Amino acid sequence: MLTYTIRRILQAIPLLILISVILFAILHQMPGGPLAPYMQNPHITAADIARLKHNFGLDRPVWVQYVSWLGKYVTGDWGWSTMNSTPVTEAIMERLPATLELMGVSFTVSVLLGLVLGIVAAVKPYSPIDYFVTTFAFFGFSMPVFWFALMLQMIFSVGGIHFQAFGYAFDFNLPSAGATSTEGGDFIDRVRHLILPVTTLALIQLATWSRFTRASMQEVLHTEYMRTAAAKGLPFMRILLKHGLKNALMPVVTITALALPGLFGGAIITETIFAWPGMGRLFITALQQQDFSLLMAFLVVSAFLVVLFNLLADLTYGWLDPRVKYD
Amino acid sequence: MAGVTQTLPSPGALLPAAIEDDFVAERHQTWRKFSRHRLALSGAVVLLLLIVGAAFAPWLTHFDPSAIDTHWSGTPLAPGQFGHILGTDEIGRDLYTRLLFGARISLTLAISAVVIEIIIGTLIGAIAGFYGGRIDGALMRLTDTFLSIPLLPLLLVITGIVAASSSKAALNFVSIVLIIAALSWMNVARLVRGAFLSLREKEFCEAARAIGSNDTRIVLRHLLPNAVAPIVVQATLDVGNVILLESALSYLGFGIQPPTASWGSMLANAQENISIAPWAAIYPGLCIFITVLAVNYMGDGLRDALDPNVH
Repeated sequence: MLTYTIRRILQAIPLLILISVILFAILHQMPGGPLAPYMQNPHITAADIARLKHNFGLDRPVWVQYVSWLGKYVTGDWGWSTMNSTPVTEAIMERLPATLELMGVSFTVSVLLGLVLGIVAAVKPYSPIDYFVTTFAFFGFSMPVFWFALMLQMIFSVGGIHFQAFGYAFDFNLPSAGATSTEGGDFIDRVRHLILPVTTLALIQLATWSRFTRASMQEVLHTEYMRTAAAKGLPFMRILLKHGLKNALMPVVTITALALPGLFGGAIITETIFAWPGMGRLFITALQQQDFSLLMAFLVVSAFLVVLFNLLADLTYGWLDPRVKYD
Repeated sequence: MAGVTQTLPSPGALLPAAIEDDFVAERHQTWRKFSRHRLALSGAVVLLLLIVGAAFAPWLTHFDPSAIDTHWSGTPLAPGQFGHILGTDEIGRDLYTRLLFGARISLTLAISAVVIEIIIGTLIGAIAGFYGGRIDGALMRLTDTFLSIPLLPLLLVITGIVAASSSKAALNFVSIVLIIAALSWMNVARLVRGAFLSLREKEFCEAARAIGSNDTRIVLRHLLPNAVAPIVVQATLDVGNVILLESALSYLGFGIQPPTASWGSMLANAQENISIAPWAAIYPGLCIFITVLAVNYMGDGLRDALDPNVH
């Protein structure tokens, strides 16, 4: 196990270097490279550009620039964000909390709901709830996220829901942009702002979790040890939760671990539509403003997390399931 | 749907059982399994209708997709006004017509991208799986590298660079097809590699080698036909994914550029006008949703029909 872990970590290093080389090469195709924002400024002359190029070392061969970038990157110097006029690390740290809030809430909601729906569907196959879960999953996979978000905004923000019940007139209206109101920011206000974007994200994720849990649980239900547990006369819920769920969860844990890196990048589309001040929107603005260092940092961190969580998923699987042997 | 299955002669009626070829029997069994999957069959029918609609778009409408209605005076025309069945968009162009012409772009773009993606993926996967060893190691390392970079951000960066290097007009049909295909071959490559790794150990492969077939012949005549089923399923599902991807790119402004209509680009301005022209926001997205749903159900049916382990 230890040698396996060490070998996997050693394999991940060349992979990460290859990823960063490719990303560096792609981003250097940007006209002007890291100086792109200055190129559009009419007050900066060609001589200024040449001087800047020399001062930043951008006239050196690309591979020399890459090596110097790598050296700085691994020591925590992620460069200067031209659009924010702050270090890149600062720009990212400023946006990360909003993204973690949105992604964390939608992740938790969808995983919990997905588990419950998946288990019920597996226990009662071909029941109405099973058909609901299957159909729902297909709808979730096929849904254009931005359109679903637009429809939610149309129903709950533009029009609002008005109805009368118990002799009162209810006026139900949800905010469609931002993480808080400009004046507000108390707990209720934050929750109201979370509802629509979380619903959007949860719908898409729920499709994956419920389908996966259902498949995994159904496989476990047909095993010999489940029959043994039933033959011993154990109560149904105990068999289901203690013998069944514990085993069914193993592949689910793996697949959720693989989804975790996505929490960092945020949801580019959802954050754009709901004007959520998180990483996804930071990325889109950086793209429009051609902020070289910020884009590079964003992509490299995202890829690093994918590699890291792939490794963690493999290792947890071996730890959870003693039948898996690593050589 | 029952009508469709009945028009097809049963395998027994078509050929005397004695000379019934295995291959024909298998094909009929596949079709029988597929047609029994009712949602998959409905998906195929919906998709066929969409393709016909897209192909005959100019004959199905009397409006021009980029013409602005003369009755338009700043506010979008509502559905039903002046012959616009679904109304007009925010600058007075007929929505129904643009949906038809948008289907052309969205469908051909997705199908072209998937065809290229399959070619790249099959080539890489076949070489890796057939030769194994160092070549396999290197190619799979490359595949892992591309799989580790999140797709949407990378796509956006590349389309953004293409747009910045020349002009936004450089983001045309061909460049978007190529960019999407270049970044989505990895699953196919893994699939083909896996299939080839096990197929090349089979007896028929050894037999082919024994009678003196060369590598190309073995790959094309013996290995590839046996790996077609999973590729077809993956290709179908990927058509749906590419439609979603293209629409997201176009929605964010990094895809098909105006005035060309694609379902995604039609939604780009819908958000600002959602209170005055909700129809312009509803229909393009509904088209995307229904198409992708149809494709996904069809892919599901194909998986069941082509997998010999499912009965």
